[in-house]
Amino acid sequence: MVWLNAILQGVLVGGLYALFAAGLSLIFGVMRLVNIAHGDLIVLAAYVALTCVTLTGMNPLLAILVVAPLMALFGYALQKFIFNRTLGDDILPPLLVSFGLSVIIQNALLQVYTADSRKLNAGPIEVASVKLADGLSVGWMPLIMFVSAIVIIGALQFMFYSTPLGRALRATSDDQEMARLMGYNNRHLYSIAMAISLAIVAVAGIFLASRANFDPSIGPQRLIFGFEAVIIGGLGNLWGTLLGGIILGVAQAVGAMIDPGWQLLAGHIVFLIVLAVKPEGLFPRVDG
Amino acid sequence: MSAQSFRIERATPESRIALAAGPWWMDRNDMRLAGEFFVYLGLATLWNLLAGYAGLVSVGQQAYVGIGGYCLFALAIFLGVPPVLTVPLAGIVAAIIAVPVSWLVFRLKGAYFAIGTWVVAEVFLLLASQWSSLGGGSGISLPISLIRSIGSSRAMREYIIYYETVGVTVAIIVAVYILLRSRWGLALQAIRDGEMAAETCGVSVANAKRLLYVVACAGAAMIGALIFMSKLRISPTAAFSVNDWTAFVIFITVIGGIGRIEGPVIGTILFFLLRETLSDLGAWYLIVLGAAAVGVMLFAPKGIWGLLADRFGWQLFPVGRRLVLTGGNTPSAPSSSNT
Repeated sequence: MVWLNAILQGVLVGGLYALFAAGLSLIFGVMRLVNIAHGDLIVLAAYVALTCVTLTGMNPLLAILVVAPLMALFGYALQKFIFNRTLGDDILPPLLVSFGLSVIIQNALLQVYTADSRKLNAGPIEVASVKLADGLSVGWMPLIMFVSAIVIIGALQFMFYSTPLGRALRATSDDQEMARLMGYNNRHLYSIAMAISLAIVAVAGIFLASRANFDPSIGPQRLIFGFEAVIIGGLGNLWGTLLGGIILGVAQAVGAMIDPGWQLLAGHIVFLIVLAVKPEGLFPRVDG
Repeated sequence: MSAQSFRIERATPESRIALAAGPWWMDRNDMRLAGEFFVYLGLATLWNLLAGYAGLVSVGQQAYVGIGGYCLFALAIFLGVPPVLTVPLAGIVAAIIAVPVSWLVFRLKGAYFAIGTWVVAEVFLLLASQWSSLGGGSGISLPISLIRSIGSSRAMREYIIYYETVGVTVAIIVAVYILLRSRWGLALQAIRDGEMAAETCGVSVANAKRLLYVVACAGAAMIGALIFMSKLRISPTAAFSVNDWTAFVIFITVIGGIGRIEGPVIGTILFFLLRETLSDLGAWYLIVLGAAAVGVMLFAPKGIWGLLADRFGWQLFPVGRRLVLTGGNTPSAPSSSNT
C-alpha cells in the first residue's frame, strides 16, 4: 500500500511536470525555439503570485486570474522585442539569448526577494484530502493540479486542431515562408504563442509555489523536468507530454522510496534510458 | 568571376607581429587572478570550439570540470597518484566517459542538445553526491600529505599549480589552433558555415563533431583537476556548478566573439575587467553580464572581436583562408567572410 501510495502521488506530481512541459513544447513546436529561461519564468510567476497575494490577501488559486494575464502580456512583449529579433536559420542566437535571460531573471529575483525560501499559503485546502482506501488518500491540491493539467492540455489540443488560431500556428510551424505567402503575420503569431506559453507558466508557477517552498535558484531544475517530460512523451504530442510527465513523476516517487538520494537520479535515469532506447519518445506524433 | 587571378591568404601580416609580441598578460603579478584568468580562457576556448565551430551548444560542460576535479581526488586519495600527474589522467578518463555520453546526447538536435547535456551534468552531480568515500554531498578536502606532495612550501605549490594551469591552457589553445588549421579544421569550419553543404562536400559531419566533443570534454576535465588542486577542496555543488563553469564561459565567448579563437581571449580580458570593477554589486554583476551577452547576441552576434576583425581584417590566430583577387577586372569586394 505504501508503494501504491507513492506511485499515486507520483502520477499527480506528473501533472505539474506536464504543465512545466506544455509551454516549452508549444514554443518549440511553433517556432523551434528552446526557451532556456522557461524554468526561471515559472519561478518569476510564482513570485508575482506571492506579491499579489501578500498585497491583496486574495486566495492563491484566484491569483491565477491576475498573474496569467500579466505573464501573457510579458510573454508577448518578450517575443516581440527580444526573441523575434533572434529568429533565423542559426539556432545559436535564440538559445544564448534565452540563456542570458535565465541568468538575468534568476539574479533579479535574488536581488528583489533575497534567497530566502518562500511558500504560497493556499489555506485549509492544502491539507484536505480524500480517502480512497486504508493508507491511500489523495490531497485536494494535487488533485486540482492534475485536473488543471488535463484541462489545459485538452484546451491546447482543441486550440491547435479546432480553431483558426491553431490552424495559423500549425501553418507557421509547418512552413514559415508558405504561411507568410498565405497572409499570416508570423511574428505576431509567435508573440501570441509566447503569450499562451507564459499564461500556462503562470498556472504552473502558482501550483509550484503552493505545493512546496521555492527560491530564486530552482528555475533550471523545473526547466529540466519539463524538458524530460517532453522528450519521454515524444516531441509534438501534447497528450504524450502529459504521459511523459506522469512517467517522470512516478520514477521520482519510486526512486525516493528506495533511497531519498535517488529521487532526482531515478527521473534522470528513466529519461536517459528513453533517449537511448527510443529517442523519438514513447508516444511520438503520428499524424502528418 | 571568370579568369581571375587570385591567391589564398592565411594570415594578415600585422597579426604575425601581434603573435610574436607574445602573451603580454603574463606580467600580471596577482598570480591567483592570473591563474583564474587562464582557467576561464581555457574553458572558453573549448566551449568556443564546440559551439562556434561544430554548433554544439553545450550547457553541460560543468560535467567534465567536475569529473576532472573528482578524478584528482579519487586518483590521489585511492591510488596515490601524485596530484600533478592526475591532470593528464583526468583528461583521459573524461575522454573515455565522453564517448558513450556523446552517443546519448547527440541524439538530441540543436537546442535540445543543450538541455540534454545539462541533464547529463545533473546526473554526474547526483552521482558524486552519492559517492560517500569522497565525502558525499558535503565534499572532501585534499589530505595534508597529498598537499605537501605537490610542493614543499605554499609558494612553491602555488607556482607549480599556476604554471601547470598556464601550460594546460596554452596547450589547449595551441591544440585548437593546430586542429583548426588541419584537414579537420577545414571540415569543422565548413560545418560551421553550412552543415548540409559540408556533408555534400564529403565531410563526415558526425565523426568531426564527436571528435571535437571528446577533445573539448577532455580539456575541460584537465582544467577541472587544476581548479580543484588550487582550491584543495571539492564538493558536488562546487564541482558541477552551472554558473561558474558554464554560464560565465558562455558569456565570455559570446561577448568576445563566437567562432573565432581570438574571441575568448578578448572575452576573458573583459570578463575580468568587469569583475574587478563590479564585484561589489553582488547579483547585479551577473545581471549586467547577462544583459551584455544578450545585447551582443542581438546587435553584434559576432562579438567584439568579430566587429574588430570585420572592420580591420585582423587575424591573430590565422585559421581561415581568404580569397584575394589580384589584377583583372576586380569585383566590388573580395569575400572575407570565412575568417
